Amino acid sequence: MTPILVAKDVDIFYGDFHAIKKVSLNAEIGTVNALIGPSGCGKTTFLRSLNRMHDLTPGARVEGTIQVDGQDIYGPGVDPVAMRRRIGMVFQKPNPFPTMSVLDNTVAGLKLAGVRDKNQLMAVAERSLRGAALWDEVKDRLHMPGMGLSGGQQQRLCIARALAVEPDVLLMDEPTSALDPASTAKIEELMSELKKVTTILIVTHNMQQAARISDTCSVFLNGDMIEHGPTEQIFQHPQDKRTEDYVSGRFG
Amino acid sequence: MSQATKRPPGRGLSSRSDDVFRTVIIGLSLVIALIFILSIYQLATVSWPTLSTFGLDFYTGRTWDPVNDVYGAFSMIIGTLVTSLIALAISVPLAIASALFIAEYSPKWLAGPVGYLIELLAAVPSVVYGLWALVVIAPKLAEWQLTYFTDPAKLETYSACQELWLQGTSSFQCFFVPSAADGRGLALATLILTVMILPYTASVARDVINLVPRDQREAMYALGATKWEVISKAVLPYARAGIMGGVLLALGRALGETLAVAMVIGDSQAPLTSLWQNFSTMASVIANQFGDAQQELHRSSVLALGLTLFFMSVIVNVLARIVIKRLTPEGIK
Repeated sequence: MTPILVAKDVDIFYGDFHAIKKVSLNAEIGTVNALIGPSGCGKTTFLRSLNRMHDLTPGARVEGTIQVDGQDIYGPGVDPVAMRRRIGMVFQKPNPFPTMSVLDNTVAGLKLAGVRDKNQLMAVAERSLRGAALWDEVKDRLHMPGMGLSGGQQQRLCIARALAVEPDVLLMDEPTSALDPASTAKIEELMSELKKVTTILIVTHNMQQAARISDTCSVFLNGDMIEHGPTEQIFQHPQDKRTEDYVSGRFG
Repeated sequence: MSQATKRPPGRGLSSRSDDVFRTVIIGLSLVIALIFILSIYQLATVSWPTLSTFGLDFYTGRTWDPVNDVYGAFSMIIGTLVTSLIALAISVPLAIASALFIAEYSPKWLAGPVGYLIELLAAVPSVVYGLWALVVIAPKLAEWQLTYFTDPAKLETYSACQELWLQGTSSFQCFFVPSAADGRGLALATLILTVMILPYTASVARDVINLVPRDQREAMYALGATKWEVISKAVLPYARAGIMGGVLLALGRALGETLAVAMVIGDSQAPLTSLWQNFSTMASVIANQFGDAQQELHRSSVLALGLTLFFMSVIVNVLARIVIKRLTPEGIK
């Protein structure tokens, strides 16, 4: 197995606040990696460093190295714009672009990359929407506004939008926390399909979800990664007392 | 109120005070509606002599001649539309650019002061704008206009244009040739309007751009967008209905702006042949002629302009609502 994503000794600061302390993490190709931990532990902060989203936050600073497919994404001469095309992101709340149709939402990233060919866009849209298990529900209303879909469908539309640019890594920031149980189940089901085409890092508040869908689990607490390992081990035989307390629901 | 709170809360009491409150509120809102209807009625009554004498000719007639008691408002309607629309066309790009600068590009310490300064533009009284235009801008324009009378080559152009103007026509080139060298006129009025309406669009646009959710921007960034692509493909489309609202607010303001325009436009009802000529708008004619309008028909015609302006503003408002509703994307109403 080869790691597609290698993070080494990552420190993240917001001004003087040290939000993430020396976190190292490897993600193997085709796996689902869950980041869990109580609120405010830094798991989302860490996730957002993996596609340089902190560049947009004034005062935020990332130290350490993060390599995607062997390339240091914070290295000199790396264009964050081009880099982000290789790393997809799905957000907490479904956020399709409200002025765009289902189709235009799906291929928004491709259009940014300069693809204009209608047939190619259509082909990619179908592939991505199928990949997000949404095609059958929207194939007759591709030209309707993306906002007209239900919440769960909107989130799958956002997944399709991220898939369309064929990212090496897909970052998901609590993608089901704003959805009802049925929509959540659909997206969890989708994960096992998604990891055939990409590598997933998912932040989740929901420990059962992490247990159900992930291959590895990283437990965050107050900016430290206190434990990392195969999901089964984290839940069955945690090495750290604090992990055991957290996964058994004693805090968080 | 204090008496009511001392008593034990009873159903009958609270619902009676609700009734009183509802009656008062309905009464007050009816007063507003009544004022609206009354002002239309009053304007229509005093405009009636003109409207019954000239009928539709009042709107199509190009002659406005108090001496012979002939009144046609076509020139002023054109004046109102031309000054407003040109001012809008110039100020909207400037306003959106300044809103984008404040909301997206400027450092935090600069955004506040710049935004405040732009809003201050709206707080300057009309008459001050008028004075500024007359005292500061008009002499500068006049200096340039004077070259059309001193520079032989330009004088030739001017003379050629003057022949057209005397016949009441113009050409594309002549439309941009100054007809006199006093600085005042249609162009100066438009310029001053541009500055006056800029803050309306700019501050509304800034506010709606600031309201675009962060995850909309981040979604576009995450797909590999540059800052400009985020602005043009995520921020502006999301904010377009609100920005349009600011534009139409500015248009309403421009259509009705009276004093500054009346001071600088020159109060001429001659046909429109040059952007630089003296001209008039509906509002400027009301301001400049109402006091002198002693004959009944003259006075009535001036007031009929007011009625027309009133309806024009209502139409702009209705259009604004329709446009904003159509532009607002589903899901963010």
